[in-house]
Amino acid sequence: MDLNDFVKNFAEQFDDTDPELINANTKFHNLEEWSSLTAMSVIALVKASYGKTITGAELRSCVTVKDVFDLISSK
Amino acid sequence: MAYIKALSYYLPERIVTNEELVKEFPEWSVDKVAQKVGVNSRHLAAEGETAGDMALKAAQKLFGDYNIDPKSIDFLMLCTQSPDYFLPSTSCVLQDKLGIPTSAGAFDYNLGCSGCVYGMAIAKGLIAAGVAKNVLLLTAETYNKYLHPSDKSNRSIFGDGAAACLVSTDGFAEIGDFSLGTDGSGANNLIVKTGASRQKDTTGKYIEDEEGHIWFDDYLYMNGGAIFNFTLDAVPAMMKDILVKNKLEKEEIDYYIFHQANKFMLDTIRKICVLPKDKFYVNLAETGNTVSSTVLIGLKDCIDNQIIKRGDRIMISGFGVGLSWAGTVLYMQ
Repeated sequence: MDLNDFVKNFAEQFDDTDPELINANTKFHNLEEWSSLTAMSVIALVKASYGKTITGAELRSCVTVKDVFDLISSK
Repeated sequence: MAYIKALSYYLPERIVTNEELVKEFPEWSVDKVAQKVGVNSRHLAAEGETAGDMALKAAQKLFGDYNIDPKSIDFLMLCTQSPDYFLPSTSCVLQDKLGIPTSAGAFDYNLGCSGCVYGMAIAKGLIAAGVAKNVLLLTAETYNKYLHPSDKSNRSIFGDGAAACLVSTDGFAEIGDFSLGTDGSGANNLIVKTGASRQKDTTGKYIEDEEGHIWFDDYLYMNGGAIFNFTLDAVPAMMKDILVKNKLEKEEIDYYIFHQANKFMLDTIRKICVLPKDKFYVNLAETGNTVSSTVLIGLKDCIDNQIIKRGDRIMISGFGVGLSWAGTVLYMQ
């Protein structure tokens, strides 16, 4: 699993946010578009593309996009 | 063999549009709700209108639409999680109101989104065993009465409604073999905690859940992430099992009508199961998620609009509260 690919996939879960604004160090909870629905998109992405299960609580405890990547890598 | 012989549904009069809903939640956009959740408007039961009242209307509509004599019904079952009373069973009240003979069997069963398919399994069993010949299957739900006014997510998703289906020894869709499943370890992920025996009195209490949502004891609570993960695990496995049980290959299924949970979840399921868009039903724009009635409403819509036709094999499935899931194949005659 590649961090850059993951960041790109993560950014694709947003409809109105410029992908340029999202990098590995982005504190994604602070993005204006972030909502419970985007969280669902990320949970689905992780399940569909990486075959792993992350919970809403785990996602909530992540601060940056890289934290999510590390979480998935640890599973 | 058991068949679906007739199908009708009833939606309550009051319609709540997204425009109305966002007035209460200015941070929520009309477009966003429509685009993600796939719901433009939903019907809400009136203040004194119960699931039993709606089931009655759905059944009366069925009798009228298909010219069915209530006297021909020898079994009645109602799927609801909002019964009129703790006891008696709402189906017993409906037997009398509908003019169904006193020689008919009747009971309620408590299931949500998987309930319609479970009902078909039970009805098929009753017919196969020679217990009954004409089983009236009713589904009715008023989840909106369980929702906290501040719960914008669920208020945007759920609509109230009821459906009626006659399962008989002949009809237009033969009911195939079933895949059923249950996982009670997820009971807390979709629950109304108070009002029944475990906690009869309301508590007025609430906590913040692990995702940061408010969990009110006295209202419907859904752990969105957990339900989402459950669905993405359970549905692809169930799909495979339905195919095995019916000795079919995926390519032999002509159309898929799954529980209309919300558009976002359906889109994700479709992608994960690698199903073509033109074979996968998504239509909850005017009804919302009506819980146990979505599959029957969808089936009726597909028949009326000739989306499905004679000779088609239709996979149907429901999944949700329990946690519980069920699916089968319908063979259109």
